[in-house]
Amino acid sequence: MAFDYDKYLRPGKLPHIWCPGCGHGIAMKGLIRAIDTCGLDKSNTAIVSGIGCASRLPGYVDFNTLHTAHGRAAAFATGVKMAKPEMNVIVVGGDGDGTAIGGNHFIHACRRNIDMTYVIFNNFIYGMTGGQFSPCTPTGHKASTTVYGNPDPVFDISKLAIGAGASFVARTTAFHATQIDKLIAEGIKHKGLSVIEVLDDCPTTYGRRNKFRSVIEMMERLKTMAVPVAAASKMTAEQLEGKVLTGVLHKEEKPEYCEQYAEVIKRAKGA
Amino acid sequence: MAKKVALLQGNEACAQGALYAGCNFFGGYPITPSTEVAEVLSVELPKIGGKFIQMEDEIAAMASIIGGALAGSKALTATSGPGMSLKQELLGYACIAEVPCVIINVMRGGPSTGMPTGPGQSDVQQAKWGTHGDHPVIALVPASCQEIFTETVRAFNLAEKYRMPVQVLYDEIIGHMRERIEFPEPGELEIINRTEPSVGPEEYKPFDPSFGDVPPMAAFGSGYRFHVTGLNKAADGFPTTKADLVDNEQRRQLRKISAAQSDIELNEEYMTEDAEVVVFAYGSTSRSARYAVNELRKEGVKAGMFRPITLWPFPEKRIAELGKQAKAIIVAELNLGQMNLEVERCVKGACDVPFIGRVDGEPINPGQIMDKVKEVK
Ligand SMILES: Cc1ncc(C[n+]2csc(CCOP(=O)(O)OP(=O)(O)O)c2C)c(N)n1
Ligand code: SF4
Ligand SMILES: [Mg+2]
Repeated sequence: MAFDYDKYLRPGKLPHIWCPGCGHGIAMKGLIRAIDTCGLDKSNTAIVSGIGCASRLPGYVDFNTLHTAHGRAAAFATGVKMAKPEMNVIVVGGDGDGTAIGGNHFIHACRRNIDMTYVIFNNFIYGMTGGQFSPCTPTGHKASTTVYGNPDPVFDISKLAIGAGASFVARTTAFHATQIDKLIAEGIKHKGLSVIEVLDDCPTTYGRRNKFRSVIEMMERLKTMAVPVAAASKMTAEQLEGKVLTGVLHKEEKPEYCEQYAEVIKRAKGA
Repeated sequence: MAKKVALLQGNEACAQGALYAGCNFFGGYPITPSTEVAEVLSVELPKIGGKFIQMEDEIAAMASIIGGALAGSKALTATSGPGMSLKQELLGYACIAEVPCVIINVMRGGPSTGMPTGPGQSDVQQAKWGTHGDHPVIALVPASCQEIFTETVRAFNLAEKYRMPVQVLYDEIIGHMRERIEFPEPGELEIINRTEPSVGPEEYKPFDPSFGDVPPMAAFGSGYRFHVTGLNKAADGFPTTKADLVDNEQRRQLRKISAAQSDIELNEEYMTEDAEVVVFAYGSTSRSARYAVNELRKEGVKAGMFRPITLWPFPEKRIAELGKQAKAIIVAELNLGQMNLEVERCVKGACDVPFIGRVDGEPINPGQIMDKVKEVK
């Protein structure tokens, strides 16, 4: 039987703002399936975003939804989670939102290892504002503000998350649609801050300027770019050139922030 | 039974006032001269099961209290100058999304890093205009440690009642000064909590104007699933660009305050009945003004003081009346000219508005005020 997305979508809020061929819709469907797999109670789940095309997601889904300011989602979400640790808190947003203006909030959410799931939609560009380069735009590629080729080095979001202390980090792509929900579900079940980086596409601003002839071609790129971690261990550095690792990249057990704070409360009460 | 008394610093009184008001969430980032508010609450909040979090910067601190408030908490942050500038972005968010929360600004000199340990009153126009766009503003300016306590309680009440952020501004002098505080008994001061929805989740709209200008507010996780955004929104909380809906919402938000001016406005008038010269002063400066008025009265000069305790919304009507009564309203403040502009606007030329400003890190002393009063012809 086909999956019933309607159970999680807000009636009357579609069509969404996303362009035909945009990868964000694939990622949203993956998130919905993951939530369904985990059996989360809609009323006990908050979905928090920043600003950008990806960040429009909360408006479409039937949860406690919080569309915040550019880059600030993780900080708002931290407030919600601290106030009500019993709630499931999921953050969604773009690469620019999460790693440029929101970079500081992102790394500190990772460092605290607060029990939230951060799904970051990396389309390598600032989509909403018309395609300026983001910290994830490949060096040399074109954006509306790098018509001569992007001089900036690139952030590896997953590595950044691991380095900052997130205890579950995974990556996949919009091409690997069925892996999206599996990884997000694993992230949701994981206690601590989990980051799931979904590489996707923005045909309208990134694809067009970088001479991708079609969305299919952009999907091809995601497909060939991805190397599962297990396969990568058998490959040479040369073979891995230009590839990104996918699957669960990092998983560890370590103290979770709200639990740590519950201990603070106990100590303060003298128990 | 004798009341509990203590010798408290202004910032400690603020923290105690917050606890009295039912504050159970603090998100902050350390900055002089406000840090003691955070320090006290980091000790006290966990004792009552409340939450204290030190965030990565003031933007995050502001974000955290909005998130906490949406999840049902009574939330507070405290900062100063540079931190207050950082908070402006999300102060606007709290306005448009109508999230009750309290922001303490212990004013120091500025701009930029300015004088971290010196007093200032130069953020008073920022309190009104600092964040972009049209938005309602409530800002309170207590003048003593006891009043910091009671005004912090009132700030929470107004935030909850009008579903919006409320700022409390006091300067470094009273923030760090110690005075005797009488703790009100529990129940002695009124405590207001936000109005919760009277309809079920199916019918609930987070900004439903049929419930009046301050629509009831549900908490995240309470079974009411709704959307919150910083975009212009319709009554159902979802973004809209429809001209009439945007216009209605924007006007409703301003009306929340303009229609409730008499409930929000609070002033102290000292010997103004027959005053020929009125000194307009707030915060620490009003303490010098009171002294000056007492001395001048001994000399037979008909001086008085007008002290706003609610600075915004501004006491327009009363200032206009005093402008007709007095020869002059002297504005004394620790900046180079801010609230005098507002007084001038309200008196509409009916009297002179001489100005005393100071930004050298020293308080305005009574002598300065007395001299200025005597200059009035
Ligand atoms: C403080 C602030 N600065 C800039 C903007 C403009 N802005 C809106 S969305 C955006 C970039 C979004 O890019 P990304 O997060 O990658 O999301 P995408 O649109 O690609 O999904 C920018 C710069 C803003 N809304 N707020
Ligand atoms: S501009 Fe790009 S990211 Fe935004 S909706 Fe269109 S395709 Fe998607
Ligand atoms: Mg992007």
